[in-house]
Amino acid sequence: MSLKEVGPMQEIKNHMQIPRDEYIAGGHSACQGCGHFIIVRHLLKAAGPNTIVVNPTGCLEVVTTVFPYSSWRVPWIHVAFENGGAVASGIEAAIKALQRKGVLPKDEQINVVVFAGDGGTVDIGFQSLSGMLERGHKVVYVLLDNEAYMNTGIQRSGSTPFGAWTTTTPVGKKWKGEWRVRKDMIQIAVAHHIPYAATINPAYPVDMYNKMVKALKADGPAFLHAYSPCPTGWRFDPSRTIEVARLAVLTGYWVLYEYDHGQYKVNVPVLKRKPVKEFIKLQGRFRHMTEEQIKKLQEIIDQQVEMINKLVGKQVIGPVVE
Amino acid sequence: MPRLALTTNYAVAHAAKDSDVDVVAAYPITPSTPAAEKLAEFVANGEMDAEYIHVESEHSAASALVGASAVGARAFTVTASQGLIYMSEVLYIASGLRLPIVLGVASRALSAPLSIWGDMHDIAPLRDAGLIIYFVSSAQEAYDTVIQAFKVAEDPRVHLPAIVDYDGFVLSHVTEPVETIEKEEVLKYIPKNITWNTLNPKKPISMGTVGDPDWYYEFKYQQQVAMENALQVAVEADEEFGKMFGRKYGIVEPYCMEDADIAMIAYGAHAGTARVAVDKAREKGIKVGLIRLKLWRPFPSEQLKKLLEGVSVVGVLDRAMALGGPLQGPVALDVGTLIATKVPGVKLVSFTIGIGQRDVRVDDLVKAAEMLDEVAKGKEPPEKTVPIGLRE
Repeated sequence: MSLKEVGPMQEIKNHMQIPRDEYIAGGHSACQGCGHFIIVRHLLKAAGPNTIVVNPTGCLEVVTTVFPYSSWRVPWIHVAFENGGAVASGIEAAIKALQRKGVLPKDEQINVVVFAGDGGTVDIGFQSLSGMLERGHKVVYVLLDNEAYMNTGIQRSGSTPFGAWTTTTPVGKKWKGEWRVRKDMIQIAVAHHIPYAATINPAYPVDMYNKMVKALKADGPAFLHAYSPCPTGWRFDPSRTIEVARLAVLTGYWVLYEYDHGQYKVNVPVLKRKPVKEFIKLQGRFRHMTEEQIKKLQEIIDQQVEMINKLVGKQVIGPVVE
Repeated sequence: MPRLALTTNYAVAHAAKDSDVDVVAAYPITPSTPAAEKLAEFVANGEMDAEYIHVESEHSAASALVGASAVGARAFTVTASQGLIYMSEVLYIASGLRLPIVLGVASRALSAPLSIWGDMHDIAPLRDAGLIIYFVSSAQEAYDTVIQAFKVAEDPRVHLPAIVDYDGFVLSHVTEPVETIEKEEVLKYIPKNITWNTLNPKKPISMGTVGDPDWYYEFKYQQQVAMENALQVAVEADEEFGKMFGRKYGIVEPYCMEDADIAMIAYGAHAGTARVAVDKAREKGIKVGLIRLKLWRPFPSEQLKKLLEGVSVVGVLDRAMALGGPLQGPVALDVGTLIATKVPGVKLVSFTIGIGQRDVRVDDLVKAAEMLDEVAKGKEPPEKTVPIGLRE
């Protein structure tokens, strides 16, 4: 079994094969334990230097580019909050036109990648993402989901899970945190008839890396929904990021699955799920939850798991076992 | 050089085609829609080699143009009214990112109430956005000015977005003769030279970073310097256009100003109406002249100053209402500042015309000239903007 690093755009069998070149520099001002950078670093390794990054407003953009400093070793653009999909569409189309007219070399693939938060994707960026997916631009869109508008100080988003405290769904006499069920972005992406969509999780780096390669090679839009734990917003010790990310998978809260040209596959089967309260007790944002709320969250997860099992055609994610 | 019968909408589409635009991202909105359709037709037929992005909104149209221009493409769109305001967030950003995108705007009134009809309410608020803004008065001029706009926008002394604004329906939908220019000849005037900063994997840069209080001011100041440069660049571009293609306009166009005691300033389609009114007023003995404003931003202060020296009163015919302002005409506000700072002693009268495409009659403008004449003869100028055509 080879332990040597591979070149960009190649799937790996183990983590030792991950390319060593770094395309994002340290020294930025992200919080300790931020999930974003693990994900971004790996995607850039998979993509290589011939990559243009579009980065709507959010934590990632703000911590990496306070003029005159930048962490980015690839060309990078920030335009606004809600238009990642549209800016990427313009870049992708321009590259096509310029290659056709001989201004850019025809044989050089330039990857176009969007890194956007749940703010810039699930809510304000939804329309722009939808247009890009529907039109079929060859762009990899990575949703870095930390489940709230973290950059502006932890306000709820359409991706905030049931029960979570945020500053706009606080815990008081009448409200007890978020009361709605988050949007299913993989299903929304798939509804646009794109070739590839997948969930990824930094606690499963080989699976994550290989999905990134598949996304970059897709013959159309590819959507990666990345789980990005946020110690600051979720209230857990920054040393536990990977532990939280892993527990999300082991409880079925976050299912690692992919959609590839019409076929669904669960990449990390979980035959015996841990109960969601194992996951909740690690995070301060869920501290206030009552038995009833925890039961409701468990039901939501059970329903999500059932839906995915149906899509795959067998019980790949098993029942909760205490 | 085929001479075609074209509406202004079709004229700007032809100009984009003949300028070898690489990317079009357009969303339909009345009265600009036929221009977007004509561009699609050109691409569909293979007459124009461009990527056509069927964006899902105007905000995304401008965003896609920013992305395309950031990679070095020549990028173009058309819009109007609500669409222009919706995309305006991105136009400010395009200016700050110093990207030379060009837009055709078929100017239309703004909701509420909902109006599809022409006036200049949509372009007026963008005055301060850091965009080059041209008003045109004919289909031919629109065709020529789109081409000039690329030259000015892409000039290394400028690098700013440019808008060619034309009256909705009155120009956008009216057929006129247009001398078009072969693409190869246009490209001699505006060769494809990527002079601006772009996203290139061989030389990576970060565009659109955070500018904290230690840096933001200087970036804005640089935009202002570029706007100031743009004035000279616009003059040069027009001169060169004249030499190569035989037509030039100036950035202000005087008519009968040599011996005028009274000046009327107008822009867009109704400058034509004002010209006829000037002739009629002259027949009545009123020594009035017309200044057609072609370039609004950057504001041609020196050129206007020269024309206003020696004039005792100026009347500005605005096609939008700057609600709540000291006067309600957007260009009148600019002219007022010019007078106060550079040509003191000239009296100012502000008029609004054609609001929501209310008919503008030659006789209305002759009456305006008569009003200006009375002010020249000593009557106090009206304190508020005079709303020509309003039912009181």
